[in-house]
This record gives sequence, structure tokens and C-alpha cells, in this order.
Amino acid sequence: MIGPVFGVLFDGFAYGMLLFLLSVGLSVTLGMMNFVNLAHCSFAMLGGYVTVTLIDKLSWPFLATLPAAFLAAALASVVFERVLYRRLYRASELDQCLLTIGLVFVSVAGAAYIYGSEQQPVQLPSYLRGSVTFLGVNFGVYRLFLILTALAITAVLMVALDYTRFGAQVRAAVDNQRMARGLGIDVDGSFAITFALGSGLAGLGGALAIEIIGLDPSFGFAYLVYVLIVVSVGGLGSIAGSFIAATLIGISDVAGKYYVPELGAFLIYLVMVGLLMWRPMGLYGRR
Amino acid sequence: MSTAAAEPLAYLATQARWGKAEIAFWLATLLPFVLFPDYLVLASQIAITALFALSLDLILGYAGIISLGHAAFFGFGAYTAGLAAKWGWGEPLSGLLLAGAAAGLLGYATSVIISRFRHLALIMITLGLGLLLAEAANSARWLTGGADGLQGVRMWRLFGYFRFDLYGYTAYAYSLAVLFLIFLMCRRLTHSPFGLALRGIRENAIRMPAIGAPTRAHIRKVYTLAAVIAGIAGALLAQTTETVSLEVLSFQRSADVLVILILGGAGRLYGGIVGAIVYMVARDQFSGINPQYWYFWIGLLLIAVVMFLPNGILGGLAGIMARRRKATP
Amino acid sequence: MTPALATRGLNKRFGSLVVADDIALAVPEGARYALIGPNGAGKTTLINLMTGMLRPDGGEILLAGADIASLKPEQRVKRGLVRTFQINTLFPQLNALEAVTLAVCERCGVAGSWRLRLASHREEVEEAYAILASLKLDAVCYRLTRELAYGQQRLLEIALALATRPKVLLLDEPAAGVPRDESAALFAAIAGLPRDITVLFIEHDMGLVFRFASRIIVMVAGRILVEGTPGEIAADARVREVYLGGARQEVHHA
Repeated sequence: MIGPVFGVLFDGFAYGMLLFLLSVGLSVTLGMMNFVNLAHCSFAMLGGYVTVTLIDKLSWPFLATLPAAFLAAALASVVFERVLYRRLYRASELDQCLLTIGLVFVSVAGAAYIYGSEQQPVQLPSYLRGSVTFLGVNFGVYRLFLILTALAITAVLMVALDYTRFGAQVRAAVDNQRMARGLGIDVDGSFAITFALGSGLAGLGGALAIEIIGLDPSFGFAYLVYVLIVVSVGGLGSIAGSFIAATLIGISDVAGKYYVPELGAFLIYLVMVGLLMWRPMGLYGRR
Repeated sequence: MSTAAAEPLAYLATQARWGKAEIAFWLATLLPFVLFPDYLVLASQIAITALFALSLDLILGYAGIISLGHAAFFGFGAYTAGLAAKWGWGEPLSGLLLAGAAAGLLGYATSVIISRFRHLALIMITLGLGLLLAEAANSARWLTGGADGLQGVRMWRLFGYFRFDLYGYTAYAYSLAVLFLIFLMCRRLTHSPFGLALRGIRENAIRMPAIGAPTRAHIRKVYTLAAVIAGIAGALLAQTTETVSLEVLSFQRSADVLVILILGGAGRLYGGIVGAIVYMVARDQFSGINPQYWYFWIGLLLIAVVMFLPNGILGGLAGIMARRRKATP
Repeated sequence: MTPALATRGLNKRFGSLVVADDIALAVPEGARYALIGPNGAGKTTLINLMTGMLRPDGGEILLAGADIASLKPEQRVKRGLVRTFQINTLFPQLNALEAVTLAVCERCGVAGSWRLRLASHREEVEEAYAILASLKLDAVCYRLTRELAYGQQRLLEIALALATRPKVLLLDEPAAGVPRDESAALFAAIAGLPRDITVLFIEHDMGLVFRFASRIIVMVAGRILVEGTPGEIAADARVREVYLGGARQEVHHA
């Protein structure tokens, strides 16, 4: 019975890494500016559709579309931040929720209009298909690729956060925004860059997600819930928290669906509510 | 009664008095019987939605609690009433009370949890609990009928005389009467000390304990009450349409009622009713449209309301009237 | 005689930052004590600890001899320990009458009731109006809080506190930010506080301090430096050093 357990753990961890990429941007920007951006997954969806378009219409190789997805989502977020979000930094949480929910509705409808409601298929290059067997357990090549990519990005993020000046500014702004401003840190500028990076990562996640969870216009909504769960369980503003929470949620979801399929998504919501009740600030949240 | 305080007492009494516009509005709700007899089914749907929005106004508009999962109570009430009828007890009024009580119990249990949280954690928990219930209902096919919905809901005659038929006379009269009675109750609440306490929580939750207010107890009370009312609204839907489907518990429902309340203007008691009328009439007019495109326009509307009309229609109207009053000396 | 308010060995730290270090004080009934010290000394933190907004790491807080450390903030208010805030913490969209009536209703335990309209709660409304009148706010009582002048808002802070019928009143910089032409009303309000209420107030305005305080406590860097009569404090060399700056004594806190 060892086989299935490792398989479930592996798949769950891969799923968790995907969730991490999708969520880390939201966690940091929420922690920095307390801005509730429920449209975060719409940027992910954008990344996914960019990848699909580049492959289908321009015959780009899959790997080349990944940076493009990142950039497209990052650029889009810059535009939205300038035009809309900036005006609501001081608004109530309700207003921020409502505005960004409105954006989700618009983006979902827009995606349906342009691409139709069907699932978008993606053709993976041959070296990413199939699986390798190690110690009697099957490991999907694509999932391995996903895990390695996510781990690499995590490493880059942690290094940047701890060892660069920009990282220090971000940490200061998350910790105490007023104080950071008082010290002369350009919080608004740091936020704009962080927001772009976070949205870019979401876009990358959206592109990588197509093979695992598919892509259709409902993506903006359906995975928003999972992202919000990861963010609130992990704690706002914490990369480590997002990582652990994403892993936890990813494995719980896959294990739940494998071992107790009648419960379906039920288990995840239960885990979230339970964890939030125990630690309302999330595993690594402050305040 | 000392004369020094006579003025503030008179002021407060004036605030609570029925205005001419209010009386006119409620008289106008009788018009559909005469003017739009073909639309009574729609009218009863509007009344039910208005009641649901009213319940959300109590917690969102007055106490400032953001809930993304309020449909949980609506749906719970709907299924309670539906199941009661399916299992042989089709009496409408007692079914209504049963649904309200059931939703109230769920509301009380939930309130114990949510009264301890604020900000994002609160939003997430209300969302999570709503999704939990929806998923549970989906899985419990043996009870709820799953995606096919509840079958075999047969209502008895109201008062043993009035039948729920396709024309909607009974449905609208029934829904309107329930809406009005509950509205009266809510109106009294908002002009009472408890209403003041709720607004205090919304305006400054930090100051409340500093004046000795048991904030959590207040929140539990209003949340439970809002759940009862939402449950009654759900039951009305189940009884007047004799069907219950999973969508009564869906996030879509929770989002819709939020849009409706914000559109009309939260915290004014009439906002939910105005929003419901505008939203449902518009949806009926554009009923041919693909639901996804409908939500495109709703999305734009939300963005527009937040950017330009943050207090909704009623708020905008109040602003215009205030400017007029300042202009005319 | 049991002091109205006392603390013993009160401690609080945030990581390596010590905001309260072994605080011990005792304020007798009916006294007027002032708490002074440079910014960041921990004065507001002390009030937060005493009112229950912050949990101490150790020590006792005694109200009329009874330990209140386990009580929730609203319970301490019911026992008579009430504070005002340094930055106006009011209800922007309630008018002054509604705000004070709310506080009175909470005290009387009727704020949870929705059986009767506000206008039927005669006693509560009359009392609220009387409190507003005593602070000369009756003329503006129908105006929304956010439309009041800053000095009037500071007075409303005190009105809210008075509505709870405090036994011990903690005023956190009541005169902070009040323009000169509005400060007379504020001084009158503080002077007019009933003598049976014990008052501890934080202030930077030395005029207020020397006029109203019978005793002054000086706090620096989370601990009590010295305590004494206004004359003793004015003459104390250490206090002068703290205020006029000896580099050693300066504290950089958030």
C-alpha cells in the first residue's frame, strides 16, 4: 500500500506548488497594502490564455511561452494598478472586494467571449510528457518539472527578500507601513513592483496550470477560492506561510479526493475553517 | 419630562416617523395586482429577493459585517421548507416558521464563530462556510436531490383556501405580506437602541468595548436574526415555486444579493428593496442573454458603483437632495 | 485606604522591545494624577495594558483592590475603569446625541433591546443630553461627529467616557491637537470633572499638568523614573535632563 501513498503525496505536492505560484503574489501584496485583490486569479487566467494563444496561433514552443505569460500578466497588472486600484488604497475592504469581484466577472465574460467556454488543450513538448519510475513509484515528468520550477522560484524569492535592498524594503513595508514610509522607503513604488511581480507569478502559474487543472473562463473564479484559502491559512505577507499552506492544501485536496471521493471539495473548506479558527491570522501572519 | 430634553426626544421621534415617500412606496407595492397582473410571479420573486437583501442589510449595512456566504441561510431555509412539504407537511405558514427557526439555529452556530473575527479572516470564513454548505448539499444527494433538485414539493392551500398557482396572485400576496411584516420589525430595530449599537459597531468597532458594549453578543444577535429572515426568504421561494435546487446555496446567490444591496444602497433599509426591483426587472428584460454576458455587465456595474456611486442609488438620491437643500435658502 | 487604581510589577515586551518594565503605581480615590514623559515612553501602552486592550506579560492591575487582569475590556468599563483616546476614536456618522445616548444605553444595559424606539427611552436620552450640555455641546448635538470641530470632537471623547459613569478615568492627551481658541472649553471640562472620579491623565501640555495634577508620575523608556508633587518634579534634575535632552536618556521608539 506504500505506492498509492507516495503517488498521492507527489501529486499533492505538485498541486501545492502550483497553488503556491498562484497565491504567493496575493499574500505579499495583501500583507503590504491590505488591498483585497479578488481579481488575482484573473491575471493567472490571462497568463494561461496568453500561453494557449502563442502556442496555437504563433507556434511558439511551450517553454518560451512561460516568460511571456509572466510578462503579460505583470504588464496587465501595472495598467490596472495605475488606472483603478490606486484610487482604492484608502477605501473600505468592502469597496475593494466589490471592485475586484466586478473585475473577475468582466474578465470571465471576456474570456468566454474571445475563447469560448471550452477547455483549452495544450500540447506539451515531448520531453515533458510521460513519467519516470523511481523505486517502484511513477513520477509524472511534467509534475516534476512543475515542482522544480516552483522550488527554484521560491529560492530566488527567499534570496531576494533576505539579501537584496528591495527585499528589505518589502519586508519593512509588510511589517509596518507607516514606519517604513517614515524611514523614507518608497512604499508605493515598492508596492507597484511587488504587485507586478506577484501578478506575473500568477500568470506563470496560470500557464503551468493548464496541463494539471485545465483552463476555461471559470478559472478566474474556481481557483480564487483555493488561492484565498492558501493566503488566509498561510498568513498575509509571508512567503514561507504561503509555501507551507499551499503544500498542506494541495496534499489535503488530492488525498481527500483520492481516499474519500464522496467528500469532494468539502474537506478543503473544513480544513480552512478549522485552521482559521485556531489561528485567525494564518500560520505565519502577524498583527 | 423636563423641557430641556424635550427637543432631543422630539428630534428622535421625528427621525422615526413614517415619511410620505415611504407610505407612498408601500401603497405602490399593491399596484402590480392591478397594473401588471401578468407579472405577479416576477413580482413575488422580487419581494422574496428584497426580503433576502433586507436580511443582508442588517448585518452589512448596519453592523458592517461583510459576508460572502449569506446564501447559506437562504438555501437552508429553502431546503427546510421544501423537505417539510415533500415529507407530507405542506402547510405554508408553519413551514415558514420552521424554516426560519432552522436557519436561525444555523445562524446562531455560525455567529459564535464569526463574531470572533474581523477583516480578511471574517470574509474568508463566511465564504468558506457558504461553500462548505453548498458542497455538503451537493454530496447529500439522498436528501437534497443533488443537481436534480428537490422533487415532490407540494404545498397545501394558504389558510386552507388560497392555492399557489401559475398566475401568482397567492404567491405575490403571500410574499408581499411577509416582506412587509418583517420590514416593520426591522424598521423598529433600526430606530431602537440596538440599531444604534449596530451602527456603533460599524462606525468604530474599537470604541465599542471602551464604552462597555458587549460587541460579540450584539453581533451574534443580529447575525442570528439576519439568518432567520434569510431562511424565511428562502422558504418563501421554495413554497411559491414548489421547487428547490442547489443554486439557492450557491456563491452566485451570495454574490447576487451583495450586488443588489450595494446597488440600492446599504444601511438605509430600503436599499435592498430598491436594488432588488432594479436588478430583477433588468434581468427579466435581458433574460434572453447568455448568463455569462449578463455577469459581464454586472461586473461593469459593480466597478461603476464603487467608483462613482459608492452609496448606491438611495445614497446618490440622498446626496442630490442634500445639495438641493443647501442651494435653496 | 485602598487606592482606586494600582498596578504591581506590570511588564510587557514586544520581542526585544520593552514597553513596560516593572510598573508600580497607586492612585488614591478622587486624586488627580498626571503621567508625563517623552514620546515613546510607553504611556499610552500603559493605558492599553490597564484597560485590557493589551495583555501584560506579568504583573497585577488592581481596581479598588480587585485584580482585573482577567477581565475583558468591556467588563473593566462596567467596573468603572474608562479611558479616552489620544486620537479621536469616535463614530463618524453618528451625531453627538446618538453617540452619547449609545454609551448611556450600553451602561444601562438596554442597548441590546429593540422593543421600543429610541424616543421612548426618555431617561437615557435626557441623561445623554445633560452630559452634552455640561460640556457645552448641546447646541451642536444633532451634527454628525465628523462635521464637528476638532476641539468639539475632543470634548465628545470625554462625553462618551462620562456617559459610562466612570470611577477611574484615564485621559490620553485630552488637549492633543486642540487649537488655542478651543482649549478653554476643554480646560473647563477637565476642571469640572466630579471630585469623586479618580483621574489619571497623560499630557504634554505642562500648563494643564501643573494646573490640575496633585501628583505627577514621570515615565521614560517603559519604566517610572520618578513620582512626586508638581513642585518636586519641576525641581528634579533628572526630569529636566529627560525633557531637555541628555543624549543618554533619549529614546528612539516607534
